Amino acid sequence: MRRQLEGSRAIAEAVARCRPQVVPAYPITPQTHIVEAIGAMVRDGSLSGCEFMTVESEFAAMSAAIGASAAGARAYTATASQGLLYMTEALFNASGLGLPIVLTVANRAVGAPINIWNDHSDSMSLRDCGWVQLYAADNQAAVDLHVVAFALAEELSVPVMVCVDGFVLTHAFEPLDVPGQSAVDTFLPPYAPRQVLDVDDPVAIGAMVGPEAFTEVRYLSHYQLTQALTVFPQVCDGWGRPLSTVDAYRVDGAETVIVTLGSVSGTIKDVADEFGNVGVLTLTMFRPFPYAEVRKALGAAKRVVVVERAFAPGAGGIVSADVRTALAGTFAEVSTVVAGLGGRAVTKPALRRLVADAMSGWLGERLVFLDLRDELIEQQIERMRQRRASGPPRPGGAA
Amino acid sequence: MTPAFLDPGSVEMTVQNVKFYQVGSRAVGNRLLDATLRTEQASPARRNALTSGHRACQGCGEALGARDVLDAAVRATEGKLVAVNATGCLEVFSTPYPESSWQLPWLHSLFANAPSVASGVAAALKAQGHDEIRVLAQGGDGGTVDIGLACLSGMFERNDDVLYVCYDNEAYMNTGVQRSGSTPPFARTATTEATGAEPGAPIGQGKDVPRIAMAHEIPYVATATVAELHDLEAKVERAMMMRGARYLHVLVPCPLGWGSAPADTVRLARLAQRSGLFPVFEASHGEVTEVLPIRGRVPIEEYLRPQRRYAHLFADPPRTELLARIQAIADRNVARYGLDEV
Repeated sequence: MRRQLEGSRAIAEAVARCRPQVVPAYPITPQTHIVEAIGAMVRDGSLSGCEFMTVESEFAAMSAAIGASAAGARAYTATASQGLLYMTEALFNASGLGLPIVLTVANRAVGAPINIWNDHSDSMSLRDCGWVQLYAADNQAAVDLHVVAFALAEELSVPVMVCVDGFVLTHAFEPLDVPGQSAVDTFLPPYAPRQVLDVDDPVAIGAMVGPEAFTEVRYLSHYQLTQALTVFPQVCDGWGRPLSTVDAYRVDGAETVIVTLGSVSGTIKDVADEFGNVGVLTLTMFRPFPYAEVRKALGAAKRVVVVERAFAPGAGGIVSADVRTALAGTFAEVSTVVAGLGGRAVTKPALRRLVADAMSGWLGERLVFLDLRDELIEQQIERMRQRRASGPPRPGGAA
Repeated sequence: MTPAFLDPGSVEMTVQNVKFYQVGSRAVGNRLLDATLRTEQASPARRNALTSGHRACQGCGEALGARDVLDAAVRATEGKLVAVNATGCLEVFSTPYPESSWQLPWLHSLFANAPSVASGVAAALKAQGHDEIRVLAQGGDGGTVDIGLACLSGMFERNDDVLYVCYDNEAYMNTGVQRSGSTPPFARTATTEATGAEPGAPIGQGKDVPRIAMAHEIPYVATATVAELHDLEAKVERAMMMRGARYLHVLVPCPLGWGSAPADTVRLARLAQRSGLFPVFEASHGEVTEVLPIRGRVPIEEYLRPQRRYAHLFADPPRTELLARIQAIADRNVARYGLDEV
């Protein structure tokens, strides 16, 4: 049954249906509504058997989740932006220890300059922390991905990050179908840990591993993470929702395909509809990267335009680098479009110009920033050149 | 057949009700004491929570302290104990994969987060209805006083059901003896060289974490050394009888970092207490409730001289003005805690 709900509230309810046993919480915009709602459900008794901990930092939140998970409890927390970066060390630890923690990232830009609005700089910067990364294209997907995330995490004993666009999804009210308790109970069995801190069968978890075995431990982590490519579709089938590693929209026969992830996918599909011969490929799973599915969906395209909500300074695209790897040996041209940083709206007119530039051949394999205010950039570059303040004089530089 | 002295069931049999002059003495492992008064370390049935074969240095105070503390905690909880460890010497020397010296469930996550991890374990046990299983977290002074202090303070203020034990050897020994917030004045470390007018670690800096713990008004705060085994075990036992956040700060000499003889570890720990430089006390909800009185106070020189980290204070000529400033710290401790035996 669909109800008019805020995205955060719906996510919190979906998480509660999964019966988490320990939820350490630390506030950060735009995530806070999620843990507030879970805390309220614990308080009023509608979420029983759950310890809600108000900890002192995101680092402590992930650390408490690590302890809880190692002690055999289903553990969940949520964060965004600076908070995700503040828990970085613990994120690597959770995946290294193979703890199936589920984390919501309400995607937000990373400072400086400080900015509370949506882009993917936070989760993309943690691309290599050994977690599964799932991106929700809309709030219904966000709800379902959380239920699926617990099943996936516990099946493989790997942690899963569900990335949900901050404000755009977390604060949007729309009719949403949050599954009932019995449906989730049928789908998701109680957590049975791979290894656990047990006084009757003691194990030491977190030993020091030297050069003689470290590579093998890392290889096995990679192996286990890549199992998610096959297990994710299975758990999605089991849950009975139309979710898959990639969502291919009108890609068959399309010469131009736009690749993206997250909530901007809806706007891009609308624009693609206007053109008719443009397809859209939305990545639900970014880690592990679904190379085979991406290649299958894009192998026949002439032009692939990757619209990314983050980038690698000094290099370029993050998602497009993986897309290029997936398409190695094909004739597709792959361009990188950095869009919607720090909450800038990705508008239909801008996307129309982008598609036109792609179809005209102008875009080629360029790296472009959508809607960049060129006059401001030129002005600032000139100013920086004039005001160069240190170091020996450079030929052609300021005196 | 098990020799009688190794069979816990026969312990009572070996008690001799003969009046020797040692009876009543609190000497460690005194077999003449009544069995109930003996230390856990004197018991052939002790758990050996940190068992032999690990890679600690000879005379390691931390290895000794951890074994004493954990065996006492295992006894107090009847084996229902989970340990969480911060990164540091103790973690490194006890668990080089694929070996482990731990004979209890043990979890190491990171350097700074042992208190939070332990809070998470305690929450998980509570959520699963396992209130009988208790949690002990442990770390060195670097992991406790410096990098882990925020997590420790959070664990304290939430009154999470964890006993946190700091094994304080007064510097970052695992990384090669660098200054920590617990390094005492004028001690030489790799980052506080013994040069200049005020050689070694600066005076007037550093953190008194037992007092910071007391400021959180948690149910129990205590200090101890590896020299007073009866005192240390009694404090662990008292802590495990309580619920909520508890803190135990144990002074553990480090032969490597202190430049002391391995055989002197226990003697130095005792001298630290008897000089007044390391006050041994208990506190409840922010108030000091008990102190271990100093029997025969010794001048600080007696404690400092056997340690090469203070060698520059005893050069020719000796730095008497600096020694006087250290003596003043000891005197202040004695006055503050009332350590002189009445």
